[in-house]
Amino acid sequence: MFGELIRQKSFGVSVAIFIMLLLAPSFLPRFYIYLMAVIFVTALLAMSLNLCVGHGMLFQFHHGVFYGVGAYTAGLLLVKTSLPWWIALIAGPLAAAFAGLLIGMFCIRLNRLYFGMLQISLGSLIWAIAFRWYDLTGGDDGIHGIPVPDFIASTTGSYFFVLIVTVICLLLMFLILKSPFGSTLQAIRDNPERCAAVGINVRHHQLITIVIATFFGGVAGILFVVVEGSIFPDLLFWTLSLEIFIMCLLGGWFTFAGPILGAAIIVSLRTFVGTYTEYWTLILGVILILLIFFLPEGIMGTNYRQLFRSRVKYNGEYQTE
Amino acid sequence: MLRIKNLHKAFDDFKAVDGAHLSVDKGQLVAVIGPNGAGKTTLFNLICGQLQPDKGQILLADEDIGKLPPHVICRKGIARSFQIANIFPRLSVFRNVQVSVLSQQKLSNKLFHPAAQLAVDETNHILDSVGLLDKKRDLAGSLSHGDKRILEIAIAMGNEPELLILDEPTAGMSPEETTTTMALIQRLAADQGLTILFCEHDMEVVFGVAQSIMVMQQGKTIVQDDPLTVRQNIEVQQAYLGDE
Ligand SMILES: Nc1ncnc2c1ncn2[C@@H]1O[C@H](COP(=O)(O)OP(=O)(O)OP(=O)(O)O)[C@@H](O)[C@H]1O
Ligand SMILES: [Mg+2]
Repeated sequence: MFGELIRQKSFGVSVAIFIMLLLAPSFLPRFYIYLMAVIFVTALLAMSLNLCVGHGMLFQFHHGVFYGVGAYTAGLLLVKTSLPWWIALIAGPLAAAFAGLLIGMFCIRLNRLYFGMLQISLGSLIWAIAFRWYDLTGGDDGIHGIPVPDFIASTTGSYFFVLIVTVICLLLMFLILKSPFGSTLQAIRDNPERCAAVGINVRHHQLITIVIATFFGGVAGILFVVVEGSIFPDLLFWTLSLEIFIMCLLGGWFTFAGPILGAAIIVSLRTFVGTYTEYWTLILGVILILLIFFLPEGIMGTNYRQLFRSRVKYNGEYQTE
Repeated sequence: MLRIKNLHKAFDDFKAVDGAHLSVDKGQLVAVIGPNGAGKTTLFNLICGQLQPDKGQILLADEDIGKLPPHVICRKGIARSFQIANIFPRLSVFRNVQVSVLSQQKLSNKLFHPAAQLAVDETNHILDSVGLLDKKRDLAGSLSHGDKRILEIAIAMGNEPELLILDEPTAGMSPEETTTTMALIQRLAADQGLTILFCEHDMEVVFGVAQSIMVMQQGKTIVQDDPLTVRQNIEVQQAYLGDE
C-alpha cells in the first residue's frame, strides 16, 4: 500500500521537507512557527477542497462552511460539555462530513455552476445560524479561549499536532487519489458522460467524494481551534471559501500538491499585507485575474516550456504508471 | 438479444426518431445506415440510456431497458463508443481503459489500494488486442485522431460487453485506417463472440461486413434485412444509394 508512495519521484524531497519542518521550532521565532501552523491548517483545507475541484471538477464554491462546521462542533463541545477533548476533535470532522452529505445530496442533482450556486445558498444558511444563534454560538463575537489540553495548547505543541495531523491527512488523500476510487474520480472529471457509459454511477461517486472532502475540511476546522483557540462566523463566510478556491487555482488545481503552495502564498500575503486593509479583496481579485489570463493551470500545473510554444496543453495528470 | 419496437424520440417539436424498429441476434454484426440526420446517433443514445424514449420499447432479453440510466444499462452488458471521440484526455491511455475494466470488476469504489496494481493484465490485454500497447503511457488527449477512435473501442471493450455498439467507428479516418479498424472490429467479433451494432456512412464497409442492415430515414426504419435484400430494395436505392 505504501509502495506507491515510496516510488514517487518527489518522495525524497517530501521526507526532507518533513524533517526540516519537525526541526523548525528549534531555530525559528515563535511568530513564524505560529504562521506555519496556520499555513498547514489552510493548506489542508485547500487540499480537501481540491479533491472536489481539481480532481473531481465539482464546483464546491462554499467549502469553507465545512471547515466552520468542524471548528464549531469541536469548539462548542469543548466549551459547553464535559466530554473528553479527543471526542470533540473527532466529532468535528464527522459533523462536517455529515453536513457535506446533506448539502451534497441536494447539490449533486445539479450541474456545474448550479451546483456551486445552490451550495453557496445552503452554506450561507449555516453561516446565518452561527451568526444569529447568539446563545449557543456567541453570534458575531464567536467564542474565544476554547480550552484544549496543555500538550497542544502551546505554540510549539499546537505546531507539532497540526503538522502531524496534516501530514497524515495528506498521505490519506494521496492514497485515495491513487486508488481505483481516485482514478475513477479523475475520469469523471474528464468526462462524466463516458464514465456513466462504462457503468460508473457518477452521482454516487461524486457524493462520496464530497463526503470525503468535507471530512478533511472538518479536520482542518478542528486544527484551527487547536491553533487559535477560538471560533467565529467568518470561518463560515463565503469570502473564505473564495480564498481557498483561489489557492487551488493558484497552486495548480490539477496537481496533487498545488493547493499547499497556493495556501502558503495566500496566507503569507494576507499576513504581511494585512487582511484588515481594504486592499485585501483587491489583491485577491488581481491574483485571480492574472491567473485566469496567464496561468490557468496554476503555478505547479503549468508546463512552462510548452507555455511559451503553444497554448494547447495536456499536463493535468500527475499520475503515470 | 435486442429488440426495438416502434421507438419515438422528439427534441421539442423535431422528431429525431420516429418509428424505429430493430432486431439484433446474438453473434450478429448489424449495421444501421441512413443519411446525415437520420437519427442513428439518437437511436444509439436511446438504447444506451443517454436519452430516454418518448414512446416504444427497447427490449434486452425481454426486459424493457428504455427508462434505465446509462450505468445500469452498461452493467447489463451493453457497451458503446461515441461518434465524437469521447475519451479521458487528461488520463494516460492505460488509465482510460483501466477505468472501464475496474468498473466491470466492481472495483471503482475501492479506496486505499493502489489502482496501479489492479486490473493490469486485463487492461494490457485489451490494449494489446487493439494495438495501442506501445502508447499506453501517452496522455489520451495527445493521441492522433485515428488512435483516439481506436481507444474509444478499447474503453468499451473494458466492460466485456455482450453487445458492443459503435457509432461511426471509422468517422474521420483515412481509407487505410478504415480498413484496419474494420478488420479489428471483425476480429473482435469473431474472437470474443461479440454481438456488434454499428452505424457507418461508408457503404462499401457496411455491405462488406454486416450480416444484417437496418436502413433509417428521417427517424423511421425503412427496412431491416440481409445485405443482398437491402441492396435490391428499391425504396432504399431511392432514399440513400440513389444519390451517390
Ligand atoms: N440533443 C438534441 N437536441 C435537438 N436536436 C437534436 C439533438 N440531437 C440530435 N438532434 C437532431 O436530430 C436529428 C438526428 O440526429 P442524429 O445525430 O441522431 O443523426 P445521425 O443519423 O446520427 O446523423 P449523422 O450521420 O450526421 O451522425 C438531427 O437533425 C439532429 O439535428
Ligand atoms: Mg450520428
